[in-house]
Amino acid sequence: MALSGIQIYKMLPQTNCKDCGFPTCLAFAMKLAAKQVELSQCPHVSEESKEKLSESAAPPIRLVALSANGHEVKAGNETVLFRHEKTFYYKPGLFVRVRDDETTDQIREKLAPAEAYSVTYVGIELALDGFAVESVSNDPSAFAKAVEVVHAVSEKPLILISDEPDVIAAGLEVVDGKGTMVYAANSENWQQMAALAKEHGTSLAVVAPSLEELSTLTDKIKAQGVEDLVIDPGARDFSTSLAYATQIRRLALKKNYRPLGYPLIVFPGDAGDPAQESMLTAQAIAKYAGFIVLDHFNPETVYPLLVLRENIYTDPQKPIQVQPGLYELNSPSPEDPLLVTTNFSITYFSVANEVEGSGLPAWLLVTDAEGMSVLTAWAAGKFDAERIAKDVKRFGVVDKVNNKRMVIPGHVAVISGELEEELPEWEIRVGPREAVDLPAFMKQVLL
Amino acid sequence: MPIELVKDSWPGSVRTVTIGATPEEGGTRSRSVTVGGEKALPFMHFEAEVQNKPVVAIEIKDRRPDDWSPLLLETWGEVVDDPAAWAKAAEEAGVDLLQLSLSATDRDGNETTPEAAVAAVKAVLEASGLPLIVFGPGQAELDNALLVPIADATKGERILLGICEDKNYRTIVAAAMANDHLVNARTPMDVNLAKQLNILISDMNMPLDRIVMDPTTGALGYGIEYGYSAMERLRLAALQGDAMTQLPMLVTPGFEAWKTKESKVGDDVPEEWGDWMERAINWESLTAITLLESGADILVLRHPESVRRVKKAIDDLMAVPELA
Repeated sequence: MALSGIQIYKMLPQTNCKDCGFPTCLAFAMKLAAKQVELSQCPHVSEESKEKLSESAAPPIRLVALSANGHEVKAGNETVLFRHEKTFYYKPGLFVRVRDDETTDQIREKLAPAEAYSVTYVGIELALDGFAVESVSNDPSAFAKAVEVVHAVSEKPLILISDEPDVIAAGLEVVDGKGTMVYAANSENWQQMAALAKEHGTSLAVVAPSLEELSTLTDKIKAQGVEDLVIDPGARDFSTSLAYATQIRRLALKKNYRPLGYPLIVFPGDAGDPAQESMLTAQAIAKYAGFIVLDHFNPETVYPLLVLRENIYTDPQKPIQVQPGLYELNSPSPEDPLLVTTNFSITYFSVANEVEGSGLPAWLLVTDAEGMSVLTAWAAGKFDAERIAKDVKRFGVVDKVNNKRMVIPGHVAVISGELEEELPEWEIRVGPREAVDLPAFMKQVLL
Repeated sequence: MPIELVKDSWPGSVRTVTIGATPEEGGTRSRSVTVGGEKALPFMHFEAEVQNKPVVAIEIKDRRPDDWSPLLLETWGEVVDDPAAWAKAAEEAGVDLLQLSLSATDRDGNETTPEAAVAAVKAVLEASGLPLIVFGPGQAELDNALLVPIADATKGERILLGICEDKNYRTIVAAAMANDHLVNARTPMDVNLAKQLNILISDMNMPLDRIVMDPTTGALGYGIEYGYSAMERLRLAALQGDAMTQLPMLVTPGFEAWKTKESKVGDDVPEEWGDWMERAINWESLTAITLLESGADILVLRHPESVRRVKKAIDDLMAVPELA
C-alpha cells in the first residue's frame, strides 16, 4: 500500500542537502507521497530504502510514452477517477489504423490527409498523434512494406498490430523502437513478443479476455524486464468497455493493484460503423482510455473528438482564461464600436473569431470575470455594470475610443439600465446572445 | 490470481420520477416514462441493477423557428410549420418523449398569446401519445403568462413544465402543483445552486418525485466540461445521501450544440471542420453521450440521426456485461 509522507521521510537521508531540488527532505517526501516526483531525484538514498520505496513511489498507473522525431504521446500517471477531484493529465493518444492488405496508394491516400490534419480551437493547434498498421496478410514482408509506406508519410509514433512475432519482427526492422508500440502479447506469444519489445525498446500492449488473465500476463512479462506495458481487456461494446475501464482505473488507484496499473488501449474502429466509432471514442475519452485507435479519418468527426479530448482534460482548477484588456479587432479607428465580453477563453475566441472573420473593425473590451462565461459570470456577480465600468476606466478605453457606443452581450440585457447610470456618456446597445450572430448585428445595427 | 472487483457501496439513491399520465392515471398519454432510481454511477451494472434507462426527447417548436440551423429546417421540412405534424414526425423518429418549446413571438412578431400557446400544447397532445415536456420562451413574465393557462388546460397530464429558475419558480411550481404536473428546475452549472433551487421548490410543498433538475451544460467546445463535472458531482452527492440532489437530471444537448457555429454555419468556416451536416450531428450526439456518461436521465435533442445514435448507445449501455 501507499506510504505516507512521514513514513517516506524516515527512509530518506534527512540531510536537507537540496540536491533533489526541494528545500528539505520532508518536502521531497511529501511530493513522493503525492506521487508528483520520482525517487531517482534523490542521489543519496540508500539501496535498502530505494528497494522499500520503489514499490510505493511508483505511480499507480505507469506512464508510457511513445516518442518519435519530436512527436510524443504519453498515457498513464493519472491520479483520480473524476476530473473535478484534481484533473486528468495525459490526453489519450488518437491513432488512425491502416492494414497491410491495402495497396500502397490506398494507404497513402488514407494517411496523407490524416497526417497533414491540424485544426485550431481556442488558439490551440490540435492534431492526431500517430498511426497503427495492422497485419491482415500475416506475411512479414507485406507487413514490413506497409510499415515502410506509413513511415515514409508520417514521422509520428506507430502502433504495429499482429499476433505473429515474425510479422512484428519484420515491421520493427523498419522503425525506431522508442516511438513504437507492439500490439499485442497474448497468452500464446507473450515470450516472443516480450523479447522483441526488449530488443527494440518498444512499448508492448497486452491483450487477454479477462482481468485475471491480463494480470497474470502483465506480471509474467514484467518479470522478463519489459515494463512499458499497455493493456486491453478485449471489450469492444459500450457497456463492457465502460465496466472494464472503470474497474482497471479503480483497481489501480484505490487498491494500488500493480498488475493492472497500466494505460488502456481501445479500438472503437472495430465497431465497423463510423457513427458508432465516434460515440465509442467519446466514451473512451471521458472514461479512462490511454490510446485510442480509429479506423476512419474524416475532419468532421476528428475535429469534435479532438475538441472533446481538450475539454475533458482541461484542468478544472484553472479555467482557461485570456488576459483582460482592450483588444483591437481588424485595426479599429477611434470611431469604431466597442464590444464587451468576459475573459473566459472560449467566450473570447468565439467573439474575436466572428468579428475578425467578418472583417468589420471593432474594439473588444475583455473584462476580468475570473475566467467565467457571460451567463455564469453574470449569475456569480462577476460581470455586472459596476465591473464593466471599472474596466472601462482601468484599461483607458476613452483614450482610444471616441464614438462612445458600447455593445453588451444579449444574455445580460438586464444590466443595460445600470450600465447607463454607471457610464452616462456612453450609448449602451444590447447585442445578440450568441457570438455567431455578431457580424449580422454589426452590419445591420451599427453601420 | 482471482481479482475482486472494486465496488462502491452507496448509502443514497436517486428518486424515480414519472412523466406523463395514461388514462388510468388521469391523463391521456398512451404511455408514461419513468426515469431515475439509480443506486450507482451511470451503467455500473456490477454494483446495482440499472432500473430505468435514460430517455431521449426531441425538441419541437410551436411555429417555424427563426434562429435554428438551416440543416434542421431542411431535415424536418414542412412539419416545422405545424406543431401537431412535427410531433408526429418526432414520434416516428423513435423518441421516448417530446419537448415543446414555446416561442416568445408569433410569426408576425407579436408576443405569443396564452390562447395560442394552449392551442399548440393541445394540438401536440392530440397528435402524439408521448409524454410531454413544455418549456416557456425563457422570459420570466411571459413564461408565467403562458405556462399557467397551459397547466390549467392540461390538468392531470403530468407534463414536465419549465423553465423554473431561482428568479422565477413560484408561479410555475404553484401551477404545476395545482394541476398534477412536474417542474424542471434549471440552474447554471453549479452544484450548490442546483441544490438550493431544489430546496426552494420543495419548500413550497412540491413533492420531490415531481421535480427534475436541469443543471444546464455547455456544448462540446463551449464549456461542456463544466456541465459534465457539475453533473458528475451532483450524482455523487445524491449517491452519498444528499437528499436535495437525489433527482433525475435533464439536459439539452440539442439546444446547446445547435447554437454553436460548428452546427449553425456551413459557409466561410475552416476547411478542417469538414462536412457540415455530419459535423453538426457529431456535435450534438457527442455532446449527448458525454453527458450520458456523467449522469443524464433525459436528453433533449433536435436531429433524428442524433436520436438514433444516442438511443443505440443507451441500448448498448443498458446491456449487463459479463465481467471476468
